[in-house]
Amino acid sequence: MNGFSLSRWFGIIGKEFIQLKRDRLTFGMIIGVPVMQLLLFGFAINADPKNLPAAVLSADNSPYARTFIRAMENSGYFRGVVQVAREDEAEELIAHGAVQFVVNIPENFSRLLVRGEQPQILVEADATDPSATNNAIGALQVLAATALARDLAGTLGAAPPSPAPIDLRVHRRYNPEGISAYNIVPGLLGTILTMTMILMTGLAVTRERERGTFENLLATPALPIEVLTGKIVPYIMIGLIQVGLIFLASQFVFNVPMKGNPAVLFFVVLIFIAANLTLGITFSSIARNQLQAMQMTFFFFLPSILLSGFMFPYRGMPEWAQWLASILPLTHFLVLVRGIMLKGNELPELWPQIWPILAFMLVVILLGLRFYKRTLD
Amino acid sequence: MNAGTEFAIDVRGLNKHFGPKHVVRDFSLQVRAGEIYGFLGPNGSGKTTSIRMICGLLTPDPGSGSGTCLGYDVLRETAAIKREVGYMTQRFSLWEDLTIRENLNFVARMYGMKHRREAVDGALERLGLQSRANQLSGALSGGWKQRLSLAACLLHQPRLLLLDEPTAGVDPKARRDFWEEIHALAADGLSVLVSTHYMDEAERCHRLAYIAYGKLLATGTAAEVVSSQKLHTYAITGPNLAPLSTALRALPGVGQVTPFGNTLHVTGQDDSLLRAALAACTSDAAYRVEPIESTLEDVFISLMAGATDNFVEQ
Repeated sequence: MNGFSLSRWFGIIGKEFIQLKRDRLTFGMIIGVPVMQLLLFGFAINADPKNLPAAVLSADNSPYARTFIRAMENSGYFRGVVQVAREDEAEELIAHGAVQFVVNIPENFSRLLVRGEQPQILVEADATDPSATNNAIGALQVLAATALARDLAGTLGAAPPSPAPIDLRVHRRYNPEGISAYNIVPGLLGTILTMTMILMTGLAVTRERERGTFENLLATPALPIEVLTGKIVPYIMIGLIQVGLIFLASQFVFNVPMKGNPAVLFFVVLIFIAANLTLGITFSSIARNQLQAMQMTFFFFLPSILLSGFMFPYRGMPEWAQWLASILPLTHFLVLVRGIMLKGNELPELWPQIWPILAFMLVVILLGLRFYKRTLD
Repeated sequence: MNAGTEFAIDVRGLNKHFGPKHVVRDFSLQVRAGEIYGFLGPNGSGKTTSIRMICGLLTPDPGSGSGTCLGYDVLRETAAIKREVGYMTQRFSLWEDLTIRENLNFVARMYGMKHRREAVDGALERLGLQSRANQLSGALSGGWKQRLSLAACLLHQPRLLLLDEPTAGVDPKARRDFWEEIHALAADGLSVLVSTHYMDEAERCHRLAYIAYGKLLATGTAAEVVSSQKLHTYAITGPNLAPLSTALRALPGVGQVTPFGNTLHVTGQDDSLLRAALAACTSDAAYRVEPIESTLEDVFISLMAGATDNFVEQ
């Protein structure tokens, strides 16, 4: 007779809790991951991004033009609308990604408006991430029809402006058709590299330690630098193969444009790989086993994918989340890859996104060195 | 006389702390060239840590003691030591997902050997593993894993072998073969330091050291270690040995009481006290008491009982 024993059953439950309590990292993950998800999904992520930076290139300083700009700000979709004087200045802002929109108000705007001749307003939108700009463009279209209704009521009397008073032309820069793949496929390059580089290097080193083979390796004349770099190189090669595959697919399957210099793209990819590898190695020297290395990777990967602008628009997030996201290399890498492939950016324009990745790498190396020493002795 | 050439290992006053734990305390050891030196002690007594310090895997605490291994400074010349020492870890530490040949080949590369192919083929032949060279080493039985480990650490022709409990979990036949090989190697001039828990293996060493809780308690040949402890041992045969052993343990002068099948071994350091205790308990004519030689095991258990556990395990 061997029936279900309640006391045996409680014994197993008790043992499981004791082991869970001993494995602090797993326990931390069980609590930490839901809290993180709650914060990110609840507060940070916003599929309807507002407060987008915009610039106005106005050749007409009339009250009508000012009313229109104020109406843009009041809509909540545009923030800190800056006035620029020259066209090349506006071009630079949008190429760098400093603004998402440039609104061109033509010279004879108010004259044509008063005559009821439907002056054109040209809105250039950075459409590298279509989901980030679509709602704002929709709002602009509404503004074109309504913003000036009160001002015009005085001059035009009761005559109803049968068509909209303004002819709003939207120019979706870099991705005129608003194809999501243009945004997602280059982004995948970054997410897949993050995952492989951090996880594989993390596992490669902890596996040796977990199985006891690390000791054997250390007993040979092999230098730590040989061991470490030797273990990493295969994963760099795997990473490059992944990059090659995704790049080829982007060109021939998804027809994503490649406006920039492939050499620049390669250089940026190398920097990104290096940053992720250093993190992977640091994780591996902190983690005591492969499971922990995996958990740490996951804990880093989750915000990377959610906050970087890969899944949800970066500009849609509150400031604290943007600040947090700007620590992550993937956030900058996405801007870099899209900048190179879709906008044709060159190194000087890319530098503002490159140095944060280098800084991240430096900090991680310094942290990693402290831990690596400890594992040897 | 040059100490560097006469001693394969000559370390004095080494210490090692792990955090607040003083794992090895004033460790000194001299192993002569061509000697098989047994290294004994209870679990957690600092044997593995001492071996790791000797072969340059761990750095001894700074400012405490010094020493040489094969004439190289254990504090500064660890790279040179690693090149000439073969270290066999307690746990099988070759790569289970590599084949036997791949493992040997990799180890040979780590030592930068010139004639790698010949060396690996030679090692496979000595092991009698040519036919299974392409088998994954993880699939081998315990005895074969141990032989493979030994072959791997002999590959680069070291002058000193450090073996950390090499025969744990290996059957008696394989153990005997293993020791035959060790003796053959020592006859060729290789020095060997081997840690073990088996008394029969300890007796096969030229000289022994007993370490407990980081302190070296006895050194010398097996006979010297036994006689140095001045133990007296008696064998008792007769009925109802179990209650007798309980009674004996309570008496002064009785160190250990150990049942060996139908006899009871009683050990103590003071012969007159021990005799008095025996006389009190075995007055019955059914008991036969006779003095016997103390064994190495008696000595070690007595040493272990006397050693104070100066740090709490975990």
